[in-house]
Amino acid sequence: MCLVAHHLEEAGVPTVILGSALDIVEHCRAPRFVFTDFPLGNPCGRPYDADMQLAIVASGVALLESAERPGTVVRTPYDWGSDTWRKEYMELRPEDAEAMQSRGEARRTMRAGMRERRRG
Amino acid sequence: MPAEAVAYMERTREYYEAQGFEKPYRWAQFDEVPFTLPDKPIAESRLALITTASLHQRHETDPRRVMSGLIDQCPERLYANDLFWDRKATHLEDINSYFPIDRLKALVERARIGELAPRFHCVPTEYSQRRTLEKDAPEVLKRCREDGADLALLVPL
Repeated sequence: MCLVAHHLEEAGVPTVILGSALDIVEHCRAPRFVFTDFPLGNPCGRPYDADMQLAIVASGVALLESAERPGTVVRTPYDWGSDTWRKEYMELRPEDAEAMQSRGEARRTMRAGMRERRRG
Repeated sequence: MPAEAVAYMERTREYYEAQGFEKPYRWAQFDEVPFTLPDKPIAESRLALITTASLHQRHETDPRRVMSGLIDQCPERLYANDLFWDRKATHLEDINSYFPIDRLKALVERARIGELAPRFHCVPTEYSQRRTLEKDAPEVLKRCREDGADLALLVPL
């Protein structure tokens, strides 16, 4: 999404990204970014919390107005309420090692098939 | 003191490594960041909404391309079956938690934003940065221009 933001900005369209993956967006340096430290999936606020969602979207709109330089990041004040998701997301447990390897194998086979078809 | 943000890049690298992929994914990185200041007040501007979610269930082998929908006929839900998001911690039952259609409409009603562009856009997240840069990003720009969008709000899941 960062690449799309760069492309739009280059063409003269100001952009703002709302998201929860701080390291990824900072790495690629989004022009403007509103960061909410939530599990991936709800970049605009907790489900069914209309007030929070409105405030986050309004922060994005305000940032379009206020940012004076590229790479401006605003952090919203919201807390998910628990921290277990931080450890559990994409967690690699020793007992899953074999299943992960076979998933990778299946993926490589599928990709090879797609490449074949494209050459086809 | 807020908790430290999750290191998604590191986790993703380890995840693919555990799947036996030898070449680690490289995220795009730029020295220069393009930046445009709005050339008119936000309250007089037209804003386009752009998401990584999809109009339909996407399968890994489906061709990936930019799709657009009408903002006034917005579906009740979008799909993100092929994206990385935290299925254990949360859910996508409330569209406004990842595609803030009603919140944007509220900001238009309050005259905070001029109006919404007639179409929203669904951008596939591509493993190939070249494809995003050469095909998808120009396509999104073209559609934004056709719609007279002055600003864009991007919401990756």
